[in-house]
Amino acid sequence: MGKTMAEKILAKAAKSRDVSPGDLLDVYPDVAMSHENAGLVSKVFKTIGVKKLYDSDRIVIIFDHRVPAESVKTAEGHKAVRDFVRENGIRNFFDINVGICHQVLPEYGFCRPGEVLVGTDSHTTTHGAFGVFSTGIGATEMAAVWATGKLWMMVPESIKIVTKGNFKPGVYSKDLILHLIGKLRADGADYLSVEFYGEAIEKMSIASRMVLTNLSMEMGAKAAMVPPDAKTIEYVKSVTNKPFDVVIADSDAKYRQVVEIDLSRLDPQVACPHGVDNVKPVSEIAGLPIHQALLGSCTNGRLEDLEIGAKLLAGRKINREVRMIVIPASWKVYREAIDKGYISTFIDAGAVIVNPGCGPCLGAHEGLLAGGERCISSTNRNFKGRMGSTEAEVYLASPSTVVASAIAGKITLPEVSS
Amino acid sequence: MSTFRGKTFVYGDDINTDVIFPGRYLNVFDPAEMAKHAMEDLDKDFVKNAAVGDIVVAGKYFGCGSSREQAATCLKAVGISVVIAKSFARIFYRNAINQGLAIMICPGIDEIVQMGDQLEVDPTSGVIKNLTRGGERTAKPLPPFIMGILNDGGLIPHLQKSMKSA
Ligand code: SF4
Repeated sequence: MGKTMAEKILAKAAKSRDVSPGDLLDVYPDVAMSHENAGLVSKVFKTIGVKKLYDSDRIVIIFDHRVPAESVKTAEGHKAVRDFVRENGIRNFFDINVGICHQVLPEYGFCRPGEVLVGTDSHTTTHGAFGVFSTGIGATEMAAVWATGKLWMMVPESIKIVTKGNFKPGVYSKDLILHLIGKLRADGADYLSVEFYGEAIEKMSIASRMVLTNLSMEMGAKAAMVPPDAKTIEYVKSVTNKPFDVVIADSDAKYRQVVEIDLSRLDPQVACPHGVDNVKPVSEIAGLPIHQALLGSCTNGRLEDLEIGAKLLAGRKINREVRMIVIPASWKVYREAIDKGYISTFIDAGAVIVNPGCGPCLGAHEGLLAGGERCISSTNRNFKGRMGSTEAEVYLASPSTVVASAIAGKITLPEVSS
Repeated sequence: MSTFRGKTFVYGDDINTDVIFPGRYLNVFDPAEMAKHAMEDLDKDFVKNAAVGDIVVAGKYFGCGSSREQAATCLKAVGISVVIAKSFARIFYRNAINQGLAIMICPGIDEIVQMGDQLEVDPTSGVIKNLTRGGERTAKPLPPFIMGILNDGGLIPHLQKSMKSA
């Protein structure tokens, strides 16, 4: 019987020859990422009683959730982590000036096909875009990984998504994944691994693939992967010298479910409050006035997203009733966006540029919402209270829909240039 | 683990980590402090009314959303003895076990429990009895390996124990 990507990669990481769904394995992850919660991880680590980290070079720590520190409490937390990093010789430490963890990991060569990556962040599924088995864990387990190098994992069953045809103009990978979440629901892939196939996926940029794997978390996925191809290999080789082995599924692998999506019939989608699976076509709710528009995050804050926004905004102004916030996903992205002139376009249009980081995406700082306000956002969660007041509403959509709405002052279908 | 007895707090489906432990408190690491904010955006009276030993009962997909283990830690810090749900989100399931917070998967639980009922729960056999209005359901047993972690009080004590015996 053939094997899925998840089965093959986990078998390799557990040094075991043949595994099946449901097997409990001791897995040795190649990369173990934390962000600010490294503070909690190191606190737990110190209680275990081991003196040394299992392998400090597998550990990556990236500050992104509250950068620069927005409170004394956070500043103390940052300081404690910096001290731990110094004392333990952790080389892969990225302070407040690098970017969001899910963008920084690939940029610095930590996403290598065929490997296992764990992170103390639920959207760690993102790195499956590079053919990595990549999943979120809690801080306590991370402390155990730091100490022992391993953790227990159950081999998941898998879902296969197959796209047919190609996207219509104005429709993007964000619309595809929102549609899928609406169809499979928030728990449709709970405990499962998702694999993406189809001509449109092959044609897609790596950045767009990352949108699919990032948001797969919102249907519960344990991992979500795009099989690596020439594009993936070229990118990974451009950022790391470390060797890697590409793992793809066997052609006769067994899937729990196969879902086919006809892209020629897919229109722009929006996730309505207060659940990511409350998905509707944009046309159904067009006209709803908005107060804030957010372009950024680990979901849609990459160069291609900023390019879409800048092209729509060139020579135009954001609606007077709307605050628009732009957050590049990393300082590399920010730098490139400056060089290409996108940042000037945003400033001229009246947007506020926030330094790379999570910002208001998790309700920490830099653009929270008041009660009764409505925000359209390119991020990945719209739970009650996520971006500030529990009385605020968050709608999730593609960068194109977000920016078109910011110009119109209300939720609007993206313009399609002919 | 011995039998749990306590009154219930009953909630619906898809209770996410943002309402169990809001993101604005994620820089809080002290369990006693975390306990003050448990369920804050879902049920403002929860912390006021919950007593040690009480039980949270929920629908499907409890704990969906972020990987923050504070969602499990804060419930344990409040004194919740066990969370019984129709199903759990993957990361919450792991976090609860690693924090030593007992959880039970019981698809029919909503049929026999209402807010405030007294339950008696045997985590080993999985039998859940409603002492207020009668009725009984049996939860799915947890794999022995996972019961082992819970019995040791969570992942860290479990690890320490195995390091001692190694
Ligand atoms: S940008 Fe938002 S979703 Fe992404 S890592 Fe930061 S808080 Fe999480």
